[in-house]
Amino acid sequence: MTRKAAFLTDATICIGCKACEVACKEWNEVPEDGLVWSGFSYDNTQALGASTWRHVMFLEQPATAGPQQVDMEDPFRWIFLSDVCKHCANSGCLEACPTGAIVRTNVGSVLVQSDVCNGCGYCVVSCPFGVVDKRHPDGRAFKCTFCYDRQSAGMIPACAKACPTQSIRFGELDELRKEADVRVAELQRRGYTDAQVYDPLQTSVGGTHAMFVILGQPEAYNLPPAPEVPTIYLKSAWTSALVSALVLAAIVCAAFLF
Amino acid sequence: MPGLGTTYGRGGATTAPSDVVNSDVILIMGSNMAENHPVGFQWVIEAKEKHGAHLIHVDPRFSRTSAVANTWVSLRAGSDILFLGGLINYILQNNLDFREYVVHYTNASVIIPETFKDSEDLGGLFSGWDPQEKQYDNTSWLYQGVKADEGSSDHHDNAQSGGHSQHGIDSSTDLSTYEQDLTLQHPRCVYQIMKRHFARYTPEMVERYCGVSKEAFLNVAKIYTSASGPDKTGAICYALGWTQHSSGVQMIRCAAMIQLLLGNMGRPGGGILALRGHASIQGSTDIPTLFDSLPGYLSMPKFGYSSKDLASFIKANKPRTGFWNNFDKYIISMLKAFYGDSATKENDYGFNWLPRVTGDHSHQAYWLDMMDGKMDGLFVIGQNPAVAGPNSGMERRALGKLKWLVVREMVETETATFWRDSPEVQSGELKPALLGTEVFLMPAAGHVEKDGTFTNTQRLLQWREKAIDPPGDARSENWFIYHLWERIIVKAKLDPRPRNQGLLALRMDYTIKGERREPEAEEILQEINGWTVADHKQLTTFAELKADGTTACGCWIYCGVYPESGRNRGNERDPKDEYGHGWGWAWPLDRRVIYNRASAKPDGTPWSERKKLVWWDEAAKKWTGKDVPDFTATKPPTYVPPPGAEGDAALAGDKPYILHADGMGWLWVPVGLNDGPLPTHYEPLESPIRNPMYSTQQVNPAGLNRARPGNEYAKSPDARFPYVLTTYRLTEHHTAGGMSRTLSHLAELQPELFCEISMELAAQLKITHGEWVTLVTARGAIEAHALSTSRMKPLTIDGKTVYQVGLPFHWGYNGLVKGDIGNDLIAISEEPNVRIMETKGLLCNVLVGRREDNAAKLKEYHSIMEGQTA
Repeated sequence: MTRKAAFLTDATICIGCKACEVACKEWNEVPEDGLVWSGFSYDNTQALGASTWRHVMFLEQPATAGPQQVDMEDPFRWIFLSDVCKHCANSGCLEACPTGAIVRTNVGSVLVQSDVCNGCGYCVVSCPFGVVDKRHPDGRAFKCTFCYDRQSAGMIPACAKACPTQSIRFGELDELRKEADVRVAELQRRGYTDAQVYDPLQTSVGGTHAMFVILGQPEAYNLPPAPEVPTIYLKSAWTSALVSALVLAAIVCAAFLF
Repeated sequence: MPGLGTTYGRGGATTAPSDVVNSDVILIMGSNMAENHPVGFQWVIEAKEKHGAHLIHVDPRFSRTSAVANTWVSLRAGSDILFLGGLINYILQNNLDFREYVVHYTNASVIIPETFKDSEDLGGLFSGWDPQEKQYDNTSWLYQGVKADEGSSDHHDNAQSGGHSQHGIDSSTDLSTYEQDLTLQHPRCVYQIMKRHFARYTPEMVERYCGVSKEAFLNVAKIYTSASGPDKTGAICYALGWTQHSSGVQMIRCAAMIQLLLGNMGRPGGGILALRGHASIQGSTDIPTLFDSLPGYLSMPKFGYSSKDLASFIKANKPRTGFWNNFDKYIISMLKAFYGDSATKENDYGFNWLPRVTGDHSHQAYWLDMMDGKMDGLFVIGQNPAVAGPNSGMERRALGKLKWLVVREMVETETATFWRDSPEVQSGELKPALLGTEVFLMPAAGHVEKDGTFTNTQRLLQWREKAIDPPGDARSENWFIYHLWERIIVKAKLDPRPRNQGLLALRMDYTIKGERREPEAEEILQEINGWTVADHKQLTTFAELKADGTTACGCWIYCGVYPESGRNRGNERDPKDEYGHGWGWAWPLDRRVIYNRASAKPDGTPWSERKKLVWWDEAAKKWTGKDVPDFTATKPPTYVPPPGAEGDAALAGDKPYILHADGMGWLWVPVGLNDGPLPTHYEPLESPIRNPMYSTQQVNPAGLNRARPGNEYAKSPDARFPYVLTTYRLTEHHTAGGMSRTLSHLAELQPELFCEISMELAAQLKITHGEWVTLVTARGAIEAHALSTSRMKPLTIDGKTVYQVGLPFHWGYNGLVKGDIGNDLIAISEEPNVRIMETKGLLCNVLVGRREDNAAKLKEYHSIMEGQTA
C-alpha cells in the first residue's frame, strides 16, 4: 500500500443537494436505480446499492442539541448526510470473495473488479454496512470504486469534486482523522454537544476509509454502532463445527460399540 | 430589476456570491439559496464556518436553506412587506441607521413638496392616483423645487408599456436641483416621511399578520441591524420568492432601502444578491429578451410623441446630470452596431427601423392576446410555457389558437407536444385532428455544443468553448437566427415595403464557419463590446463611445469585455485576488462590487480597516483599492461640480450612485416606479385575510389581475379555498423539467409530484402521509402525493390558524417521470412594474384522493368559477 486515502463526510455542512450522487453516476456510468417516490423526506434514493454508490440521507428529527434558532414549538432539525462505502480496514466483502474479484488497492480502498466477479453474492451478506449489492439482471456485485480510475490519474473522486460546500473531503486518512477530531471539538464548542466522529476503530472492522462527522447517534444514520467483520467468527465457527463433527463421530462410534 | 434599478441606478446584483464571505450577517429571504443556488451557497457556508457569520432565513417553509441557517423564521407567504417594513421601522425608531452614510449617500435629507400625500393618509393610495386610468401621475413625488416638464415625456405610458429598463431616468425632471435638510429634521424630508410611513409596521403588526412571534421578529431585527456601521456589514440574498408577487418590486425595494439605511451598499460583505435562476438570466436582461428594453437597459421606444425621431427620443431619455447623460452615445452606438453603414446621421442612424412598443406585450399580455386569437405565430426558444407559464392550462389552450408554432429545444418538451398529449387532449377538449396549429420542433444545441458566454448572477461574463458538435440537425441559437435571417432577407428583397427596410439594413457580416455554416460567436461578442467605425479598433471602455456615429457598440455596459483584437476577457481564467479579477469579466468594466465609492467615507478614507475596499489615494490623486473603482478614477472626494456642469461632472466627489441624476441612493423613488415612491403593504391577489393596513385597498392598485373566464380568482378570504399555496423549485430539477425529467440521474432523485403540508393539516383532513391529494384553485386542479412534515408550520394570523401548502412545479406529461402541472393552479396576473405573475402566495383547497376520486366536487368548483366571472 503506497498511501491511505480517505473520505471525511461532514453532515453539519451538507446542504442535501445530491450533487455527489449525480456526479458519481455520471462519472462511473451507474444506471438508474428506480423511479420511485419514497415519501421519506427528500430521500428517494433510500439506500446504497449496486446502482447507488453515494446516498444522501434526509433526517427530520427533534433537535437534541445545538444553537440553531428554529421558530417552532418543539426543537427540530433537518440533517443531511452523504453515505458511501466505508472501504473498511478489515473488509468483510473482500474476505468473503472466493474469486479474487475484490481486491485492496494501493490507496487502501476496496475495489470490486466487475469483470472477474461471478455473482456468487458472498460479499453481499458479508458487508457489515449493507453497501455492496448484486445488480440485476446478471447478478454481479457493484459498489463505490473510490473513483480508483480518477485517483490513478491524479484526480479526486467525483463526489468530493462536485460537493459545493466541501461536506465531502478527500485526502490522507491520518490527516482527515485529525481534522475530524478538530471539527467535532469546534462543533462541541458551538453547542452541538451531540457531535461525534463515526469511525469504528475499536471494532473488528478496524476503522474505515470513509469517516463521518454526525450529530446524534450513528443508528439514526443507519450506521451500525459496532460493525463486525463476519470472518471474526470463523475461528469459533470452525471450532464448533469441529466439536460437532467429533461429537457426531463419537456418537456414531458409540452406536457400534453399544 | 426596477427594485434595485430605481434605488441604486442599476438593476443587477450589486455584488458577487463570493463576497458574502466578508459578511457578518446574511439575510436570505424570498429565496431558497441552498437548494436553487447550491454552488453559490458555498460562500454562505464559508462565511458561517470560517468567519462566524450569522445566517438568517425567513421563509414560509423550512427548506434545505433553513436547515443550515443559524436562525429560521416562518412567515405567511406574501406578507413580506409587513415584515421588511417592520425592520425599517425598527431601524428608524431605534436610530439604528448608519447616519453618516445615510446623510451623505442617500436622499434621506431631500425635501418632498407639500403636494405629496402619503398612502397612510389616503387609505392606501399615494397622491397622484388616477382612478380612471388606474395609474399614478408621479408629479407630487418629485423633489421640492423640481418641475416636471409637461409634454416632453411619455412616462405616463409606462404603466401600459412595462418598466424593465427603469433605473430612475426621466429627463423631463431635473433631479439635480433639490432642497435638503442634512439634520434630517425637516418634517417633509424623506427620512421623516419614511418614519411616519412605516410607523404602523410594529412588531405587534408583524406578529399578528405575518405569523411571526414578536420575540422571533425582534431577534431577527436585532441580529440583522447589528451588521451595520464602519466595521460591520450584512448582505441580503433574494430570488423569485420576492419577484413573483403582485408587489414583488416593492418587496425588493424594502430590502434595498434597508441596505441603504444600514450603510451596507457598495461595501465588502454588503449588497444585495439578486439570485438568478439560470446560467444566463442576468445576461437575458442585459441584452434583453424583454419587450420593453434594449441592450444595456436602454428603453425601447414607445409609440408616441417622444419617439417620433431620434432627437425627441434622446431628449426624453437623457437627463442633464448623472451617467445617463451619455444616453445619446449609447443609443447611437447601438444603432451603428445594428445597422452598420446603413445607419447615418441623415436617417437618424436607423432609429425609425426600431419597432415601437404599442402596449403591454409582456408574456402574460401576449398570451391573453393569443387566447383571443390575435396572434398568428410564435417562436418558443429556451422556454417551456405549456408547463412553466402561469395558468398553464390556459396557455396550452392558447397555443391551439396559433397558426404556427416553432419550438427550439434539446428535448421534445410539453410545449412541442401540447397538440398530441396535453391534459386537454386527453380530456377531449382539444382534438388533434381539428387543431389548426402547425408545430415545428427545431432541435437545439446544448451549452457544451456551442460557443458563447453566460452572464451569471454577479454580472460576470464567462466564455465557454464548444466541446463537441451538436448531434444530428441540432444547431446553436446563433446558427438558427442567422439562417432564419438569410431566408427572410430573400423574401424581404422582393418586397419593397418600408417595413422591410430595417431588416434589409441589418449588419450581419459575420464569418461563417465550416460545413454547417455556423456564424463566428466571438465576432458577435466583439460587436457587443464595440469598435471604432473608421478603423474597426476594439473599444476598451464605454467612455470612448461617441454620439456622432464614429463608434459602434452592441451593448454599452458590456464595453470592455473584448478590449483588443484576440483578447476575450470573458475567457480569462487566472484569478489574481479575492474578488476574482482575472477570471471572466464583470460588467461594468470588471467592477465586482458596484457603487464601491460608498466603501469609503465622504472624505475618501475607508470606513474601517476591516471593511476597506476602494479609497482615495491622495498622493496618486486617484481612487484605488481591491476592486476597480465604480467612480471616475480621478475625481477627488472633495470635488464640487461647477455651476451648469452636466453628466458625471455634475456629480460631487461624495456621490457614489453615479447612474442617478443626483448621485444618491434612493430611499425615496421620485421617478421610475408605477406603484409608489415608498413600499407599502398590500395583500396578494388572493389572501386569507383582508389588508390590515388599508381597509379600502386590498391589493396593489396599479397591478393587473387579468381576471376573465378561465383565469378566475378566489375571494379574499374565500371559504372554498382556505389554504395558502406557494410554489417553488427543488434542487433536483430544472424549472419546467425539460432538462431534468429527461435524465435518469436527476429524474430518479425526485420522481413524482408532491405537495408539502403540515402535520396539523394532515391530521385535520385525515390525510395519510404519502397518499394522493387533489389541490384546487380557481384556475384548476392537480393531484400530488401529500408529504406531511414538521417543516411546514401552521401560523396564527389575526387569531386564526392559517395553513400553508408548498408545491414544486417541475412536472409535466413528457419525460422519464411525469406528473400534474403545478402552474395549472397559478393565475395570469401582472405586477405593475415588471409584469410578472404571482406564484408565491395564492389560495387553494386540499381534497383527499386523486382527481378522479374528486370528479364531482371538481365539477362543482368549475361551474361556480364560471358563474363568478360570467
